This record gives sequence, structure tokens and C-alpha cells, in this order.
Amino acid sequence: MTDRFAPPPSRGCSNTPVLKERGQHEVFCGLTGIIWLHRKMQDAFFLVVGSRTCAHLLQSAAGVMIFAEPRFATAVLEETDLAGMADAQEELDRVVTELLQRRPDIKQLFLVGSCPSEVIKLDLAKAAERMSAQFAPHVRVLNYSGSGIETTFTQGEDACLAAMVPVLPASDARELLLVGALPDVVEEQAIGLLEAMGIGPIRVLPAPNRDSEYGVGPNTVFALTQPFLTDTHAALGRRGARHIAAPFPFGEEGTTQWLWAIAQEFGVSPEKFAEVTEKPRARARKAIAQASEVLNGGSVFFFPDSQLEIPLARFLTRECGMQAIEVGAPFIHREIMTPDLDLLADGPTLAEGQDVDKQLERCRAARPNLTVCGLGLANPLEAEGMTTKWAIELVFTPVHFYEQAGDLAGLFSRPLRRRALLQQEAAE
Amino acid sequence: MKLTVWTYEGPPHVGAMRVATGMKGLHYVLHAPQGDTYADLLFTMIERRNHRPPVTYTTFQARDLGSDTAHLFKTACLEAYDRFQPEAIIVGASCTAELIQDDPGGMSETLGLPVPAIPLELPSYQRKENFGADETFYQIVKTLAKPVEKTARVTANLIGPTGLGFRHRDDITEVTGLLMEMGVEVNVVAPMTARPSDIARLGAAHFNVLMYPETAETAARWMEREFDQPYTKTVPIGVGATLDFVAEVAKLAGVEPKLDETRLRMPWYSASVDSTYLTGKRVFLFGDGTHVAACARIARNEMGFEVVGLGCYNREQARLIRSVAKDFGVEPLITDDYLEVERRIEELAPELILGTQMERHIGKRLGIPCAVISAPVHVQDFPARYSPQMGIEGANVIFDTWVHPLVMGLEEHLLTMFREDFEFYDEAGASHHGHKAKPRPVEDTRPGLDPGPQVATNSEAPDQVRGTGSIEVVWLPAAEKELKKIPFFVRGKARRNTETFAAERGVAEISVDTLYEAKAHYAR
Repeated sequence: MTDRFAPPPSRGCSNTPVLKERGQHEVFCGLTGIIWLHRKMQDAFFLVVGSRTCAHLLQSAAGVMIFAEPRFATAVLEETDLAGMADAQEELDRVVTELLQRRPDIKQLFLVGSCPSEVIKLDLAKAAERMSAQFAPHVRVLNYSGSGIETTFTQGEDACLAAMVPVLPASDARELLLVGALPDVVEEQAIGLLEAMGIGPIRVLPAPNRDSEYGVGPNTVFALTQPFLTDTHAALGRRGARHIAAPFPFGEEGTTQWLWAIAQEFGVSPEKFAEVTEKPRARARKAIAQASEVLNGGSVFFFPDSQLEIPLARFLTRECGMQAIEVGAPFIHREIMTPDLDLLADGPTLAEGQDVDKQLERCRAARPNLTVCGLGLANPLEAEGMTTKWAIELVFTPVHFYEQAGDLAGLFSRPLRRRALLQQEAAE
Repeated sequence: MKLTVWTYEGPPHVGAMRVATGMKGLHYVLHAPQGDTYADLLFTMIERRNHRPPVTYTTFQARDLGSDTAHLFKTACLEAYDRFQPEAIIVGASCTAELIQDDPGGMSETLGLPVPAIPLELPSYQRKENFGADETFYQIVKTLAKPVEKTARVTANLIGPTGLGFRHRDDITEVTGLLMEMGVEVNVVAPMTARPSDIARLGAAHFNVLMYPETAETAARWMEREFDQPYTKTVPIGVGATLDFVAEVAKLAGVEPKLDETRLRMPWYSASVDSTYLTGKRVFLFGDGTHVAACARIARNEMGFEVVGLGCYNREQARLIRSVAKDFGVEPLITDDYLEVERRIEELAPELILGTQMERHIGKRLGIPCAVISAPVHVQDFPARYSPQMGIEGANVIFDTWVHPLVMGLEEHLLTMFREDFEFYDEAGASHHGHKAKPRPVEDTRPGLDPGPQVATNSEAPDQVRGTGSIEVVWLPAAEKELKKIPFFVRGKARRNTETFAAERGVAEISVDTLYEAKAHYAR
């Protein structure tokens, strides 16, 4: 089913030694995931227990200030909470009661730990248990940590989903579970393709609301749609569910491999698989070819950001003709990344963690055609004459599966096309 | 513990970053966990700066806690010095580092750095961004500014502008021009544009122009004491304030007051007949104390608006705002609770909001036009064009900015005259705004037909019963229908006036007659 692709490299990156760095990290903390999670789960509310910094991060991080009242807020710790003058647990009860009165539509409440709440060891698990008992059955209260001392950027989503796994009911049903918060349009496409192959029933984590939840158990098989879901992967394993390992569904190749791994699990015939995937595959191929014209032959350098770096490097090198110089990721989880690492030809530096100033030096020395980095670095690098793709857009845009494969290539090619356009004008 | 949806100010270390980022040759070593680097993008994205803020974050993680976070800080400090070679370093802790009590200030002293290391004590759980900026600038000035001989010619320092400030970049140009016209030269502009070596010669100026009390008042007071430098009390936002400022500067500098008004168009624009429709428009102001106080004066005296409410989010300016509110005969709102501001706006139903990025969102939600007058602001309020708030050009800019969100004068009349028109009606939006006009729902356009039960829009009461004081006032269906014929931009005012009128007279039911009696009563 994967015969149309270039053969896998003779030496992939699975055994490449990893450059491990520690120093200043230029990445978000896990609280940032709330920005998309709170829109994905329409009956959920995220209450960060933290400081003014946490609240400020949430409203500034993504440049998101939406005029609708958000389904997230911060319980800002004050001097009295820290000095022990007020019982933090009692204070939290008061704030949550106030919140639930204001928003009676909330059915799931996430208490989200932060750096300060972790440091003062505020026990949010205990709070969640107490509140769940108090507000049941109408509201379920869960907790997870999005703190910067423990999580980076997309790990927040992982921690959130992992917290939901233990409360799913037990079930022996043979079901497929797709794990990862995807844009609605993408999720529907994935389900559509799998159902056309006769695979089902298909469940999604996170479910759009609490009422549409399902059970998990030893007959559940699951596929990850995002590469950062390591804790969720482990939590599902503890419930007896089995992971279908595959490269991540970016680009024509990634999507095909990912679907084929699931198809094999469900005994779908090669003919049926071809019948379902042929047309969208052809469309993806065509769209990528068009969008990747300016990428072909160019080099790319990834700063660590969302954990998507390795699968995207695989996509850019194998489907868009690029050469990877450095692929930095906040952390590298072998078990989940191996299928992608196997496909990524040996050559680029693999870096884990970050010392941003040293990494900037390497990047400047390499002069890549395209640098993929966070918002704090993009404009300064552009001003130095480097072309950048700001990485957060890769998390905020539908980029998975066939119909978005051209858009994904387009996200990388647009900065290059733009620079060329502006240079043309400047030259005239 | 306080429930917070949106915040007007960031934590105090963001204030320190605003000072550091405005300056040159200064580096900030911040003891902070991973994630606090989000603050970089306030500067690189929102303000579109082409350099990273001069900040090194120690980036400690959970596994470092209790073992070597102090060591991390020391290493970060030394490496930052080696890499960036600053003239001075400021050191401090973010909210999380404050809890682990590593004492960055004390540690930095032991490192033997060849440049001054200035420790910052910014209590994250008590204070906020403006305090952080003010305190940081004060500490920098206190450490670096030395007594020096005054310049031979009359000079002034411009103090207060920082990174991420609302129009600070352009205000500097404007105020520099105002001083030059009177023959007063600028000695140092700080923190923005200054190096630590410039801070050292602040004392050479004859007086200080305190542009933004939010970020530099403590430093101004200190320099007044130490260097015998008086500072200006007038912030030159608006025509009247600019004239007062010129008079104040003239007195401090011992020169003749002088203001070139050839480029000043604002008073004529305001006086021209096209602006008649602005008369008595009800406005609500909210922002930092300095901008709100200045803009309230412009709103009433220079635009002819009626100020129906005002407030500020920074408690440091509460006294100023209370006195302004007293002068305007309105209730001051001193709060940093976004929801409280929203409630007050909903209650007052103004025709225009002059606020911050937050009020822009409130306005959008309630369907009330809004112009931005104060930080916090978003990327669209850092325009490419020259767009100051202060001085002559500032007044021109303010006129344009405040009028822009409103429906234009003649258009307003036409909407009132032909309010049943199916294409051209009030909620279709102002003609000069880009968005698509929404056609009126079909059933509304047929005269004589009962439109049936209508869903109240968000900006109005969800039901027909509203309390005003202790009396419950009920709108009769005919009156409610008549009210709907009034264009939306004055409907809030009409509803409010009518209810007040009815309540004062003990009328429990509002009829069409009550509506028009109230209209006659309030007619001007």
C-alpha cells in the first residue's frame, strides 16, 4: 500500500545520537493547550490555579483574546494564600462555587496546576476528588498540571487527555479510539475515510462533550493523531488498550501509512484500502507538488516547539524535497517517534531540550533556507535576513490527513514566496 | 484567591521587561521556569520588535527544585554577561522563583561581575506590571544616576516611555518638538532609548518631563529630591492639556511659552458643523489613570461629549481618578476585574467607549463602538504610521480615532428618518466600516404586520422587566416596539432615560406616551 513512496532510507534517525541541551528554553508551558482545548470540549471549563503570570500568558500567548467569554479562567493566588492566612483548599472551593454558579452549563471542570501551585504543593487531586463528590452528577471535576516546571507547550494537552482516561467507563467492546484534539473538519475526514473501509465503531478522545463518552478496555485499539501524547499513551495502556504504531498522519505518505496500520489491524483488504484512499491520495500528491515547488532543494532548521518537529521534518524531507539541518524537539519519546525516525534519513542533528543562545548560533552558522521557530524568535530572525515559519501556526491550523497536506506544505512555502515577492519589489 | 478572566496588567516582572526592552546596553537576568519566555512575544509580535528582549531566563524545571536552582541562576548570570556584554544588569525573580527564595539579588553580588548588578524586589503576588516598571526604573536611576553639573543651556529629561507602551515611540517625537520650539533641549529620554551610561547623566537636566506617571513617578520624585530637578505635572494629551503643558514648561525653564499651532486641526474639526452630531454623545472611559484623566477632559471640553462614567485599573492612580470623577459628577470605577467593567458599561449603555483592548471586546459583545486610549493594546494599536497621543499631532490623531467607530452625522439622520428601510438600517453598521451589511430580517420590513415576539439583543435587557432603583418598571409591548424604532446607537440612552423618568415619577408601566414624555423631558 505504500509502494508508491520512496524506499525508506537505509539508515534512519532511530539510532542517531541525540544532542541533549539544557539552558534557556524558548517554549511555552503546558497551560497554552487550554487555548484550543477549551473550544474543542464545549461543556468543559479550565480553571488554572496559578499566578497573574499564568493569566497573562493565556491571554497573550496565542494573541488570542476572543470576544466571547472564554471557557477558561485563572484563580490567581494572592499573598494571603501563600502566607497560609487563608486555607487554599477552602479558597478554591469558594472560587469554584462562584464559577459554577456563573456558568451552569459546565459539565466538566479541569483544575489546572501551574508552577506556583506545584511549588507550594497545592493538592489539586484532592480538591478535584472533593469537588467531584460535591457537584456530582452534574459536574465532573478533574485535574492535571500544565506547569512550566513539568510540561512544555503541547504536553498540556497530553496531561489533560491522560487525566480523562482513568474516568472512562470500562468496556470490552472492540472499538477504535482516535486520540488527540483535532480541528473538527480534520477529525470528520479521518473518520470518514476509516468508516468507508468498514472500520468502526470509532471513538474520539477528547469527545466533544461529556455525554458522548464511551468505554475503554482490553479490546480497545487506539491511534494517536498527535505526536505529543505520551502520557495519554501510557494511561490507555494501563486500561488495557493497545496502540497501533504508525508514522503520524502528515502529508500523503504519513497519512497513508497511518491509515494502513489501522486498516491492517481491522483486516481491511488492500483493494478496499486502495479504493477508499486513491482519490484523496492523488489530490494530496498534486497539492503538495504545487505547494512545495519553492521548498524543493532547500534546507530547514527546527527549533523545539510543539513536538511536531520530527514528523514534519520527515514530511518536508521525503515529500517536499527539503534537507533537514537540525531537528530540535522539547523531548523525544522513542516508543512513539520510532516509525517517523525510521523514515527520516540520517544526517540532521537531532536535538532534545534547548539552550536557545547556542542553538541560535548554530542556526546562524547554517544559514538554512527556512527556520521553524516560536514567536519570540521569528521576527528577530527575520530582521537578520532569515526566513522563518512561526511554529505555533502548525498547531493552530488544520494540517493532518490528505486534504490538508497541500495546506501543510503551503504553510512552509508561504514565507519563502513572500520574501521573494518583497525582494522583487525592493530590487526594482 | 481571585477569579480572573482577562487581566489588564501582567505580573511585575513584565513591567521590568518593558523597562529593559526599551533601554539599550542593559540586560535582565530573570530567575523563572520554562514558559515564562512567553513574555518575549509581547515585544516581538505585538510590538513587532526586530530584536529579542534583552532577557535571560534561568528556565528551572521540577527536577532542579531543591537541588541546584541557585547554581542555575549564577551560571545564567555569568553566561549572559559574557555573551551580551551589557553596561549593567538587572536581576530578579518571576512569581515561581519568588516562592523558592533563591535571592537572585544576593547571589548576583557574589559573582564579581565587572558591571553594576541591580537587584529588583518585585512582589508578584501583591503588585502588577505598572508597579514593576516604575520600581525597576527607580532602582536603575537610584543606582546609576550620579550628581553631575547641570548643562549650560536649559535641558530636560523625558522620562516614562517604555517598551510595549501605548504610542510611547511617537509621543517622544512630539514632546521633543514641543520643547524645541521653546528652546529647551532634551538631555536624556529614559527608559526608552537610554543606555545605562545615559542614566548616569540624568542629573544634568534642569527639570524632568514626566510623560507617564505610571512608569516613572517614583524616579521623578527621587530626582527631584536628589538632583533638585522639578518635574512636570501636566500630561500633554489634548489641546487644553498641551497648552497647560507649554505654560508649565515655560515656567520651569524660565522661557516664554510658545506653541506652533499651524498643524493643529483638531479644534476646527470639532467645531465644524459636520461634528454637531457628536454633541452630548454619552461616553464611558476606562484605562490607566493618566490616559483616562486626560481623555475625560478632551471628551467633555474638546469633543463636546457627555462623560457618563470613567475608571482605571491601576490602583496607584485611584486618587487622581476619584478627583476627576468628582469633577465630572460621575461614580469612579477603580477595578482590575474585567467583568465588573463589563457590567458597568452594560448598565450605563454609553454610545461610545474609550478604553483598552479589553473594552474593545466588551464593545464588540455589547454592540457599542469603541476607540482605544490606553494600554493594554493589541498589535493593531502599534501602527506603522506616526500616531502620537501627545501634543498637536496627538490631538489630531485623537479626533480621528474617536470619531472613526461612530456612524457619521448625516448617515445617522437618514437612519433615524427611514428606519424601516430594509437595506439601510441601523444594525447594518456604519458605511465607512469594512464588514458586510446584514440585511434586515424580512418579517421586519413589512409595515403593518406584527413582527411577533422578538429576541432581545445582548445589549439590552433579556426581558421587559428591569429594575431601576427600588421600583420595577415594565415596558408595555407598544412602547417596547416604539423603542425598537430608535436607532441602536441611541436606543440604550433612550431606554435608560425613560426608565429613570418613569421611576422618578413612580410610573410602573411604560407606555408610548411615557417614552415621548421622557424624550421631551431630556430634550436639549
